[in-house]
Amino acid sequence: MLNVQDIRKDFPILNRKVNGKPLIYFDNAATSQTPQQVIDVIVSYYSNYNANIHRGVHSLSQEATDAYEKARITIQKHFNAKEAHEIIYTSGTTHGINLVANGFSSLLKKGDEIIVSALEHHSNIVPWQMLCERTGAVLKVIPMNEDGELILADFDALLNEATKLVFVNHISNALGTINPIEYIIDRAHSVGAAVLVDGAQSCPHLKPDVQALDVDFYVCSAHKICGPTGVGMLYGKEEWLKKLPPYQGGGEMIAEVSFEKTTYAGLPHKFEAGTPNICGGIAFAAALDYMNAIGFENIAAYENELLSYATERLLQIDDLKIFGTSEEKTSVISFNVGTIHPYDIGTILDKMGVAVRTGHHCAQPIMDFFKIPGTIRASFMFYNTKAEIDAFVVALKKAIMMLS
Amino acid sequence: MTIEDVQNEIIDEFSMFEDWEERYQYMIDLGKDLPLIDEKYKTDDNIIKGCQSKVWVHANLEDDKVQFTADSDAIITKGIIAILIRTFSNQHPKAIIEANTDFIDQIGLKEHLSPTRANGLVSMIKQLKMYAIAYQTQLK
Repeated sequence: MLNVQDIRKDFPILNRKVNGKPLIYFDNAATSQTPQQVIDVIVSYYSNYNANIHRGVHSLSQEATDAYEKARITIQKHFNAKEAHEIIYTSGTTHGINLVANGFSSLLKKGDEIIVSALEHHSNIVPWQMLCERTGAVLKVIPMNEDGELILADFDALLNEATKLVFVNHISNALGTINPIEYIIDRAHSVGAAVLVDGAQSCPHLKPDVQALDVDFYVCSAHKICGPTGVGMLYGKEEWLKKLPPYQGGGEMIAEVSFEKTTYAGLPHKFEAGTPNICGGIAFAAALDYMNAIGFENIAAYENELLSYATERLLQIDDLKIFGTSEEKTSVISFNVGTIHPYDIGTILDKMGVAVRTGHHCAQPIMDFFKIPGTIRASFMFYNTKAEIDAFVVALKKAIMMLS
Repeated sequence: MTIEDVQNEIIDEFSMFEDWEERYQYMIDLGKDLPLIDEKYKTDDNIIKGCQSKVWVHANLEDDKVQFTADSDAIITKGIIAILIRTFSNQHPKAIIEANTDFIDQIGLKEHLSPTRANGLVSMIKQLKMYAIAYQTQLK
């Protein structure tokens, strides 16, 4: 079991006030907060061993390199990748997706097909559209139903010999739906297609095992998992990473350079041009250590409790409609109240110290599906409490009263 | 009344409110009350798309003064529009071009005019000024 009052002591930001009210932070699906343990690692890096890595002969550089590479192993173990070099540091999920999309430019030809889901974030739609423009490949979409679940029969019907790639998020950022990626991976592999799973929203709530999933690529961002912004990881199966050409040229990613010919470095450095976010990588691993110490089973159980409680409380409000009602979902509630604009509710909630997200959540196709301009999205992490949900409901009722 | 007079009047009105709640309730009521724009002008040509809310603006010139009408799909945005329109409308184009919106800070609504707010209001003010510049050219 998880002791939320003890956990909250780890997060200094949870003590602050916003607009004179205690902060209630329910915008976790956008970014999570950072525990002192991770902040300490960041401070320690810059206070004690900040140096550029991999090329220095001096001690600081060696210490920084060791810490950075040790962090890669922590990440590898967390995701149960077979090899540490299958973990590529990125600047975040979007970078990872673009790296793979760019790599596939040279592997796809006209008439090849790419499948994405209707539940995607713009960052998992636009790179593939750009890829299709470059290669002449065709983009197909797995539709969803009213509950915000992918229609798997339609997915099956889309698959054929021409399907080369399938991209799907593990969990929808706008609705919280957990997608059946095991099924999708299995079916995609049956026609020889590779699968990239966007784990930006899943990694804060569960611990993906990339070998058990048999997924080809898995991407995520550290800042959603109690780590810093500007760092993330791309897991790729070794065979795939060897096939993909480098994304960016620069230092670190080469073996030998002359003006006639350059040979590229092996994995993972082939994809890590330039000085990376060294401190970020180290802090990313510290964040995973922090979450693993609490335990993902404990986290999931507690967050499910918060989700059920909040859902129940919210549904007692007249005219409140929740979007994304799949049985399989994480602690994200996307909703609207009557015809009140989400922006208005979000603005009033902020005045009462409650941070939620409003708008289309970078998922306009989902909003178009429901024919709404956007939603209010409250998303919970393991450091949130039922008392906060109660205060949120009171604030929400007040906002509705003011706006009606 | 000059634009500055109207703005001072608004500052006076807002000074009576004791807290954010009263200020916002007033804005919400302004947003609800005002018949802001003729439906026929709520076209795609007149739309300013913010990431969060949409704003429509229409202008016409009557007796050398610009009349603005506008609307938004979000009511708080609409309330702020009502305040802005009250200051800019029925004024000579030259006065509109020269006017500023610093009074918004003084009535505690500064955050709504932040360029990063993405509610369409900053673009709307730019649009009001563009109309004024266009009409000013016509008058010359």
